[in-house]
Amino acid sequence: MANGTIAVSEKSFYEESTNKHSGILAWLLTTDHKRIGLMYLYTISGFFIVGVILGLLMRLELIAPGETIVSAQTYNTFFTLHGVIMIFLFIVPGLPAIFGNFFLPIQLGAKDVSFPRLNLLSWYVYMIGAVLVLVSLFLPGGPIDTGWTFYIPYSVRTGTNVSLAIFAAFVLGFSSILTGINFVTTVHRLRAPGMGFFRMPLFIWSIYSTAWIQIIATPIIGITILLVILERAFGVGIFDPALGGDPILYQHLFWIYSHPAVYIMILPAMGVVSEIIPTFARRTIFGYKAIAFSSLAIAFVGYLVWAHHMFTSGISDTARIIFSLLTFIVALPSGVKVFNWVATMYKGSIDPKPPLLWVMAFIVLFSIGGLTGLVVGSLATDIHLHDTYFVVAHFHYVMFGGTGTIFFAALYYWFPKMFGRMYNIKLANWGVGLFFVAFNMLYFPKFILGYMGMPRRYFDYLPEFTDLHVISTVGSWLMGITMIIVFGNIFYSAFKGPKAPRNPWGGVTLEWHTASPPPLENFHEIPTVTREPYDFSQLEEMNDESK
Amino acid sequence: MHQEETNHHSTGYGTYILVWLALIALTSITVTVAGIDFGMVALAIAMLIAAIKSALVINIFMHIKYEEPIFKVFLLVSGFTIVVIFVLTFLDVVNR
Ligand code: HEM
Repeated sequence: MANGTIAVSEKSFYEESTNKHSGILAWLLTTDHKRIGLMYLYTISGFFIVGVILGLLMRLELIAPGETIVSAQTYNTFFTLHGVIMIFLFIVPGLPAIFGNFFLPIQLGAKDVSFPRLNLLSWYVYMIGAVLVLVSLFLPGGPIDTGWTFYIPYSVRTGTNVSLAIFAAFVLGFSSILTGINFVTTVHRLRAPGMGFFRMPLFIWSIYSTAWIQIIATPIIGITILLVILERAFGVGIFDPALGGDPILYQHLFWIYSHPAVYIMILPAMGVVSEIIPTFARRTIFGYKAIAFSSLAIAFVGYLVWAHHMFTSGISDTARIIFSLLTFIVALPSGVKVFNWVATMYKGSIDPKPPLLWVMAFIVLFSIGGLTGLVVGSLATDIHLHDTYFVVAHFHYVMFGGTGTIFFAALYYWFPKMFGRMYNIKLANWGVGLFFVAFNMLYFPKFILGYMGMPRRYFDYLPEFTDLHVISTVGSWLMGITMIIVFGNIFYSAFKGPKAPRNPWGGVTLEWHTASPPPLENFHEIPTVTREPYDFSQLEEMNDESK
Repeated sequence: MHQEETNHHSTGYGTYILVWLALIALTSITVTVAGIDFGMVALAIAMLIAAIKSALVINIFMHIKYEEPIFKVFLLVSGFTIVVIFVLTFLDVVNR
C-alpha cells in the first residue's frame, strides 16, 4: 500500500511536542491529534467508570423490593446521571473523539487533521460541558431527575437543576459539531497521494458518515435545549400544555437529534469491526463498496425513523405506520454489513486474538440488540413493551453490547500502536470471556422482566420479580470485576508491558506502516498509496520495512 | 486565486442596511398576519416569509451568493434534510 516509509529510529510523539512547553502543559496546549486523542481517552474512560459505578449502585438498590440503599428521589437522579454520562460523555464522543482523532489522519496518510487548533478547542469545549454537568450536581435545587430524555412537562416543572444540566448537553453538542467539521474537511483535503475515496479504510468511511450526522443533527438538540431553558426561565409556552405548548413537539425535536445520535454511536463501531475482521482473517474485506455505502445509507435512513420512540405518546396513526415501516428499512443496510463481515471470515485464516474475540462478542450481542429492536419497532408489540425493562435490555444490548464492546475491541486492537507496548494476551482473553458471561447475566433477565411487565425507572418492584432482579444484580458484580480486569490490563501494560513491534497483528492499513508509537507527524515521509486498503499480499514487503 | 475573486464582490454597507430594513419589514408583516385569522393558510404565509428572510440572510449576510459551489452543495444538503424533517413531522401533526 505504501512505499517509502522507512523505519528510522527516531523520537515518538511522546518525546516530541508541538509546542515549546514540557510536562503537563505540553499536553494541555498540544495540537497533535494523537495527544488530543489520548486526552479524550483518559477523560472519557474516567466518565465511563463513574457511569459504571452509578449503574452498579442502581443494581444494588434493585437487589430486593422496597428501599434498599437509596431513596426514590436519589434513584431518580442516579438513572438520570447514569444516562446523561453514558450517552453524552461516553458513547457519543467515544469512538470518533478517541480513535477517530488518533487514527483518522494516520490512516489517511496525513500529518494531522485539517484544523489542529480547533481540535484542541473541541476537547476544551467537551471538558467545559463535563464540568457543567458536575457543577449542576452540587448547586441548590439538587441533581437533575428527569431521565436522560428530559421529557416535557416534567422537565419544566421539577425544581432540580435542569437548566444547567441540559445547557451542559448543549455545550457538549458544540464539541461534537467542531469535531465533525474537522473530520469532514480532513477526509476531503488531506488524503495522501493515491488515496482515492475507494482506497480509504472502512473505519474512515464510517467516521466520515458519522461526522456528517454530527454536523447536521446536533444543532437541532441545541435549539431544543435552548427552548426548554427559555420555557423554564420565562414561562414561554412552547412545550408545556398548561402554557399552550405542545409536549409532543418536544419529543419530535428531541428524537430528531437523538435518534441519528444512536447512529453516531454505532457507525464508528461498525467501522472498527470492518478493520479488525480483515486483519485477523488475513483476507480482504468482502464487499468493500457495499459496506462503505451502507454506512451512508444508515446515516441517511437513520434520520427518518425518530418517531419510533413515540409510538405510545399520542402521535397520529399515519405517522406511526410510516415510522414503523422506515424503522424496518434501517435493518437492511445493517444486515448488509453483518453478512459482509461473516463472508469476509469465510475461508480466511482466522487468528482469534483478543480484538477479534471482542468483535465476536459484538456480533452476538449487537444482533440480539438489533433483533429485539424490531420487536419494539413493531406497533403492536411496542404498546406492550414500551417503557418496560425490555427497552432497558434492548438499548444496553445495542449501546453497551454494540458500541461499548467495540470501544474495548478498538482499545485492544490499537493499544500497541498508541502506547508502543503490549498487554497480557491471556488476561485479555479472560476479559472478553467474562465480559460475555457477565453481560448476558446482567441484561438478559431484563428482557424477561420487561415482558412480564416490570416498568423502567422504578426503584421498587413487585415481589414476583425478585429472582430475576437478583440474577441481574449478581451479573452486575461480575461485570464490575470484568471492568477491573479489562481496564487494569491496559493500565498496567501502558507502563510495564513489553515493547510492541510496529505491526503486531499483521494489519496492512497505513497505521501499521509507521512506528509504534508513531513519530510526531506520523510518517517520516508522506506515503504514496498504490494498493487497495486490505491487500494482504504486501505483508511480506512490510516485514522488510521494519528492518 | 479564487479567494481574491470573492473579495471583489464585497458588499457595501448600503446593501446591508437595505437588507436589514427588508428583514424588519418582513418581521412586522409576520406579526401583523398572525393577528388576522387565516386558519391553516396563516402557517403557510409565516413559513413563506421565513423562507424569504433566511434566503436574504444566507445569501447576503452569510456571503453564500459569492462563494464556491461546494458551499452551495452543503447548504442544499442541509436544506433538503430540513424539508424531509418537516414533511415527516407534519405527517403526525396534520393527521392527529
Ligand atoms: C456495568 C454497567 C452498567 C450497569 C450495571 C447498568 C445498569 C443500568 C440500570 C440499572 C439502569 C436503570 C434502569 C431503570 O431503572 O429504568 C440503566 C439505565 C440506563 N443505562 Fe445503564 N448500565 C450499565 C452500563 C451502561 C452503558 C455502557 C450505557 C451506554 C453506553 C448505559 C446507558 C444507559 C441509559 C441511557 C439508561 C437510561 C437512563 C434513563 O432511564 O434515563 N448503561 N442502566
